[in-house]
Amino acid sequence: MEDMIFYDRLQFAFTITFHYLFPQLTMGLSLIIVFFKWKYLRKKEEKHNDSAKFFMKIFAINFTMGVVTGIPMEFQFGTNWAKFSELTGGIIGQTLAMEGVFSFFLESSFLALFIFGEKLMGQKLHFLTGFLVFLGSWASGYFILATNAWMQHPVGYEILDNGVFVLKNFSALFSNPWLLPAFLHNQFASVVTSSFVVASIGAFYILSEKNIEYGKLFLKTGVIFGLVSSLLVAFPTGDWNAKNVAKYQPAAFAAMEGIFETEEAGSEIVLIGQPDMVEKKLDNKIAVPKILSFLTHGEWDKQIPGMDQFKEDELPTNIPALYYSYHIMVGLGTIFIGIMVLAVFFLRKEKLYTFKPLLWTIMFLFPFPYIANTTGWYVAELGRQPYLVYGLLRTVDGVSPTVSSGNTLFTLLGFVGLYILLGLLFLLLVGKTIYQGPEPQKH
Amino acid sequence: MEVFWYTMIAMVLVVFFILDGYDFGAGIIHLFFAKSEKDKEVIAKSAGLFWDSNEVWLVAAGGMLFMAFPTFYASVFSGFYLPLIIVLWLIIFRAIGLEFRSQFNYQMWKAIWDKSFGISSLFLALFFGIALGNIVRGVNLGSTSNGISVHEAHYFFLPLWDSTFSPLSGTPGVIDWFTIVIGLITVVTLAIHGANWIILKTNSSINLQLKSVIFKLNIALSLLTIFSLSLWLMINPDALDNFMEKPWLLIFTVIYFSGVFGLFFIKKIKKDIYGFILSSLIIVGGITSTLASIFPVILPSTNSINGPLTIYNTAAHEYGLSIALNWFVVGFILLFVYLIVQKRLMGGKIDHMDYGH
Repeated sequence: MEDMIFYDRLQFAFTITFHYLFPQLTMGLSLIIVFFKWKYLRKKEEKHNDSAKFFMKIFAINFTMGVVTGIPMEFQFGTNWAKFSELTGGIIGQTLAMEGVFSFFLESSFLALFIFGEKLMGQKLHFLTGFLVFLGSWASGYFILATNAWMQHPVGYEILDNGVFVLKNFSALFSNPWLLPAFLHNQFASVVTSSFVVASIGAFYILSEKNIEYGKLFLKTGVIFGLVSSLLVAFPTGDWNAKNVAKYQPAAFAAMEGIFETEEAGSEIVLIGQPDMVEKKLDNKIAVPKILSFLTHGEWDKQIPGMDQFKEDELPTNIPALYYSYHIMVGLGTIFIGIMVLAVFFLRKEKLYTFKPLLWTIMFLFPFPYIANTTGWYVAELGRQPYLVYGLLRTVDGVSPTVSSGNTLFTLLGFVGLYILLGLLFLLLVGKTIYQGPEPQKH
Repeated sequence: MEVFWYTMIAMVLVVFFILDGYDFGAGIIHLFFAKSEKDKEVIAKSAGLFWDSNEVWLVAAGGMLFMAFPTFYASVFSGFYLPLIIVLWLIIFRAIGLEFRSQFNYQMWKAIWDKSFGISSLFLALFFGIALGNIVRGVNLGSTSNGISVHEAHYFFLPLWDSTFSPLSGTPGVIDWFTIVIGLITVVTLAIHGANWIILKTNSSINLQLKSVIFKLNIALSLLTIFSLSLWLMINPDALDNFMEKPWLLIFTVIYFSGVFGLFFIKKIKKDIYGFILSSLIIVGGITSTLASIFPVILPSTNSINGPLTIYNTAAHEYGLSIALNWFVVGFILLFVYLIVQKRLMGGKIDHMDYGH
């Protein structure tokens, strides 16, 4: 039984981590593409249109990867988490089906038109198809987050005698207090990823003295979008989410902040330290007193329950992983704001394009928002443990009763092999696209 | 309500098989008949332009099934664990084959992805047919052994095959000689459908040859259909009861055979779209007749201890089903609007359409 859950969880974690590398770029990038297209409509400068089309090529590769790695996610609810699907399908099936019917269709139908239809449609319609791709990808995010919000903080349901969750209030799924902060936080974080990628490609072109005009445009657009989105990710949306976790999942909150013992008056905020699960304390801790209580409740002396207040089987199952994920996310988020403030400052002084140390930094920065996004999701998902539906359905009770661990390990190994191949191909193609550059190809 | 959602999901699935069916079929034709580089390219393009917007119909069907019949979704997806995951891998290989072949103008690169596209299309068609075969044959629900259910009555787990390869063994696997025949029917049907699509959408040099291919495949299809019907009656003597009781259901069967019949005249048909419509009729008729024959059962049981899964004992609760109706009506209209807009804007032959990336 233990093995079985381990492999099921590992397979889901591996496939969703890999999958989410792609949507986090496409959601944000669609916004930036719409921006370039809009600029072109207003200013009629070809470079904006070329930029929109260039990033649409990168978008298309990511979209393909997102689709082919996304279908396994929908399947796995049934294949590996059959009991969970049976019990909750009447509720989360709603939001997942809406994702398929409303947003995925919109995105994929109009993506083909955007890529192939520019000459057929004229510029205004072409802008509109780009906008619909953006709308579709953000609506996708919304429905997925609505599904996840219900698992984090279940609302509008009733549990029958046989354990089945029945939907009682449809609109509650969308007025769930967990949903809006999580959705906005997630979307702005995806804008961070894409704007850092755009800026990074820009810095690469400037430093390699290739496509310099485009390089400047990408860098400028990237750092402005990057600054605004990294600020919005932290405040107000990050702050809202932390308060939600403190309110609805206090055990997860204690674990992610690394509070082993409840303090009498006012909790410190931990900056650095390594959880020691045997002694139940943090090693090499650096912390600032009372700040956490103030950030969470606006009161310096407000008590925050530590992990000692919760029963063992209510606490997240992997506390160190949760703690590190959270601190990596917050740490990187803070560094992002710092670098982007600096970049915009140099941009205003018109020194950004020549200040090499900063250009090199921005060029190598692009993997880090991926890490921050991924660890951010780990915070949400590890914090939800040991439950699938918080407080109501335990993870151990959700797996497929008939699938043996040997079969799951077999498919897990298959996915690992296949995804390594996909990852290599992806890098090859994106590399080729960046190498070719945004200049219109001569036929 | 259950009947409504059942019908809607069946409809979305039928649309999926008509749409994605042609690009599976194009893959099969590509594998066996495309010889020159120009034909290979244009046939891959006739599938590559559309596969992703076609596959969203599968995602939609999956989502709707999850929402409306969660117990069925849970049972079937975990029970057919291995074949479904293999289908996922094939879908991935097919998609990257289509998307990546034109990325480098290098003969070996193209050859690799052409094979990836062709072989995975062939196996996907086979697996989808085998799946349909499993649905009508039924499974050992509750995994009974010596008269005792090992699992809850609606759960099961099927190995890929058992040592007998026989549907009559009591514990049949996914692949047996009955489901293989249904799989072959699907491969032949989709090959015909794909050939019609290629004729309709491209100016490939093998268009004329494909018409006689369709004619020959159609003969094979007719023989396989009769063969499978007799096998089916052997496995399940009550297979035709539903049609006896409600003769109007035979309309689905008539649709199937009118498609098959019409395609015997493929060489005389002037307008390419008619050939495509005829093979679409085969798909519509084939799926609906199969589903109708077991309705309201959606997964028969091969043992006498646990009853079959029906649309009634696997459906979600009433409130959810009726509220979903509201958003679904809007969604469903939008789906068809997108489909029409897309097919209009990308109508005609695709040979010279600019392949963006």
